[in-house]
Amino acid sequence: MQRIGVFVCHCGTNIAATVDVKAVAEALSHEPGVVISQDYQYMCSESGQDLVKNAIKENNLTGVVICSCSPRMHENTFRKAAASVGLNPYLVEIANIREQCSWIHKDIASATEKAIILGKAAVAKVHLNTPLTAGESPVVKRALVIGGGIAGIQTALDIAEAGFDVDIVEKEPTIGGKMAQIDKTFPTLDCAACILTPKMVEAAQNEHITIHSFSEVTDVKGFVGNFTVTVKKKARFVDETKCTGCGLCTEKCPMKKVPNEFNMGLDNRTAVYIPFAQAVPKVATIDPNYCLMLKNGKCGVCSKVCSAGAIDYKQTDKFIEQKYGAIVVATGFNPIKPDKYDEFAYSYCPDVVTSLELERLMNAAGPNGGTLLRPSDKTHPHTIVFVQCVGSRCDDEKGKPYCSKICCMYTAKHAMLIREKYPDTEVYVFYIDVRTPGKNFDEFYRRAVEQYNVHYIKGMVGKVSPKADGKIDVQASDLLSNEQLHINADMVVLATAIEPDKTARPLATMLTTQMDTNDFFTEAHPKLRPVESATAGIFLSGACQGPKDIPETVAQASAAAAKAIGLLCKNSITCNPCVAHSDELMCNGCSSCEKVCPYGAITYQDKEFRMPDRTTAIRRVASVNPAVCQGCGACTVACPSGAMDLNGFSNSQIMAEVDAICK
Amino acid sequence: MQTFTYYPGCTLRTKAKDLDTYARSSAEALGIALVEPENWQCCGGAYTTATNEVATKLSAVRTLIAGKDTDGLVTVCSACHNVIKQTNYDIARNESMQNKVKQYLELDEAYTGETTVYHYLELLRDVVGFDTLESKVVKPFKGKKIAAYYGCLLLRPSKALAMDNPENPTIMEDFIKAIGGTPVIYAQRNECCGGYITMEDKAQALKRSNAVMESAENMGADMIITACPLCLYNLKKNSCSEMPVYYFTELLAEALGLKENDNE
Repeated sequence: MQRIGVFVCHCGTNIAATVDVKAVAEALSHEPGVVISQDYQYMCSESGQDLVKNAIKENNLTGVVICSCSPRMHENTFRKAAASVGLNPYLVEIANIREQCSWIHKDIASATEKAIILGKAAVAKVHLNTPLTAGESPVVKRALVIGGGIAGIQTALDIAEAGFDVDIVEKEPTIGGKMAQIDKTFPTLDCAACILTPKMVEAAQNEHITIHSFSEVTDVKGFVGNFTVTVKKKARFVDETKCTGCGLCTEKCPMKKVPNEFNMGLDNRTAVYIPFAQAVPKVATIDPNYCLMLKNGKCGVCSKVCSAGAIDYKQTDKFIEQKYGAIVVATGFNPIKPDKYDEFAYSYCPDVVTSLELERLMNAAGPNGGTLLRPSDKTHPHTIVFVQCVGSRCDDEKGKPYCSKICCMYTAKHAMLIREKYPDTEVYVFYIDVRTPGKNFDEFYRRAVEQYNVHYIKGMVGKVSPKADGKIDVQASDLLSNEQLHINADMVVLATAIEPDKTARPLATMLTTQMDTNDFFTEAHPKLRPVESATAGIFLSGACQGPKDIPETVAQASAAAAKAIGLLCKNSITCNPCVAHSDELMCNGCSSCEKVCPYGAITYQDKEFRMPDRTTAIRRVASVNPAVCQGCGACTVACPSGAMDLNGFSNSQIMAEVDAICK
Repeated sequence: MQTFTYYPGCTLRTKAKDLDTYARSSAEALGIALVEPENWQCCGGAYTTATNEVATKLSAVRTLIAGKDTDGLVTVCSACHNVIKQTNYDIARNESMQNKVKQYLELDEAYTGETTVYHYLELLRDVVGFDTLESKVVKPFKGKKIAAYYGCLLLRPSKALAMDNPENPTIMEDFIKAIGGTPVIYAQRNECCGGYITMEDKAQALKRSNAVMESAENMGADMIITACPLCLYNLKKNSCSEMPVYYFTELLAEALGLKENDNE
């Protein structure tokens, strides 16, 4: 005979203001099997929990129903309380009468009626609950960081510092990411390379860190604590272990007309190249799209000059498989191409550049050696117009609906640097709003306006048109003086929106993590779990989760590392016992469940069965790997014969709930 | 031979006869049959400001229905094209409007947007092909620097008209290349000519038209072409420039050897 206890929580006035909790407790006390039904002001408080614990002990309860908030909130609290007095924690059921009842209804009578029905459903279910025991699964003490920008580097360094092995997978030939392309950083104006490159070297030299550059993740299997990841090491046609990075091949390569990605295509590189002087690993890579040897089989100059014998034209993609306990995603961002914004003439006027292009134009290692010159005629620009929010805060499908967050600050930085270095250059900034929250950020922007006399104009640029004399006509509105302006400019700089890297979406599919409509990874909770994904064991670092500047990125990178370390420190993790299992006598081996399983937890086996006529037969039946199953329940719905069932949410338990509600 | 329904519109019968005549003769020379529907009426341009939304659609839908059984409906005037193509786009996406229009016009079946609407330039690009056109040119505009003037109506709203990139169009420039001329790219080519504002604020219209003409002249244009009767009027009457303004069909006919050479 079942002995069930019901405990109805007031949650202060959260529930009690809309639901007559005493009436709920009274109504549920008459349900079959219920031996005690009580209400209390705060059931989750220590005294509330004691009330539950004492009731379990005194009444020898076999099941507990808590009518309170969402199970996401306190299911664990009450399961622990039950376990502490010897009741199997999976014999506790929560009836959510807050989020799904009191918060969304106004009428007390109907809300009370609904709360009673929800309580009855939980009582009906708990009748069929069985004790479950959670298994344990070991944790592989190694982490994977996907992306080798400042976010990935910081995460890897922090994990390595804690003594765990960590691999960085970077798709480009070098780590460093976007920060390596940036000249100065706001709000301190210190040199980006000076603070980034030591970290890159530190990562390369750390005994716990392995860098897979020019590599991509192609497959992810497994689950928290025990992922199996396949990494493709793309053929770079250079033996990494032999190349010394002397750079002789890049000097001698005859194919010199390859657009240089690192300088945003503003100058050229050779077909065999090292992206930049401080690249890590400092190893050459051959670009097969341009290499004459790989394309036509004629040349071989790099191979002849390489004294280390590192050039290998026959190299192919290699796949390596490795097990990891935790995965950190740090795939970063890219600025959008403003080619949908032809009103700014970007696609046909070389003197209209994006902000990242301007970074390279002003960088000492850039195409002009740090002297700011117009790309078209290499003359010094005397008037420069900055256009903010290009593609950000857009209400049409051309751009992004969100604020890209970093543009206001880097534009102020650009404007200030130009005014500092070239006082004869007039700088205009057109903005919708100037958004500079952050430590020392607004002070920085005000310095641009007050000390450096940058002309900030609230208003939008409507049209940028190159003129016959090489100047650029910038037509804009000044919203504060309600005037139409024409500025005779030499250069226009577009502060383009930033978007997640293109590799993020296929990666999210592999990792079964969630993304928002803009392809940013979704955190498990926007306030309380900002660096974890909703998938256990997958953590988020940097701009892949949303637009971020460098300080915020580094902070999140370290936070993600801390979470990963917390996982790697454990020898084993408790598994969720609410997993699927198959009734082999009912299973007909149709494969429906295998097709819908998102985790690859279902396999098939041939098993011998004794038939009613005492003969034996071999049948193909499904079996679930409980360590891989996440308990989503898709298979139980797909199974045509009803052989699949989910522990804790069995078909009969769900039906009992439905019956109780419909009665 | 492909047959298209040809909708001239009111202005082409009066002020803009050149736009119409040379469109017809050139199409014939290019092997395209243009059939003018009987009893056609206003494109709907006169009703765009009507307060009843159904009223803004009726006229254009009548024209669209006339094009249903041919290879498409061809328009030349920018304004007609704008109104008819937008109506076609809107009505295809609005079932309740389809039913309302059906009832007003007492149609047997609702019009659901099945007619394809072509601007004459699209006909040249997508049906004839600029390559074919180039091969049929007998009197190319060699060495002529020609500025294409799009105005505001021809390309916008770009989603509904789906003709070309409204900020950096190429269709008229490609046309100019096909007839042997050199296109001139200038800033004001897709800006407003002043339009109807000439009726109430002559000075403003003058400012706009002058800006267009000056911008084209500064980039070295010898002449300017347009598809819009109102643009042609403004550029001719409301600007101080002496630069000649033509309909694109005039140049087309001339290049095909269908017109006396009076453009020199």
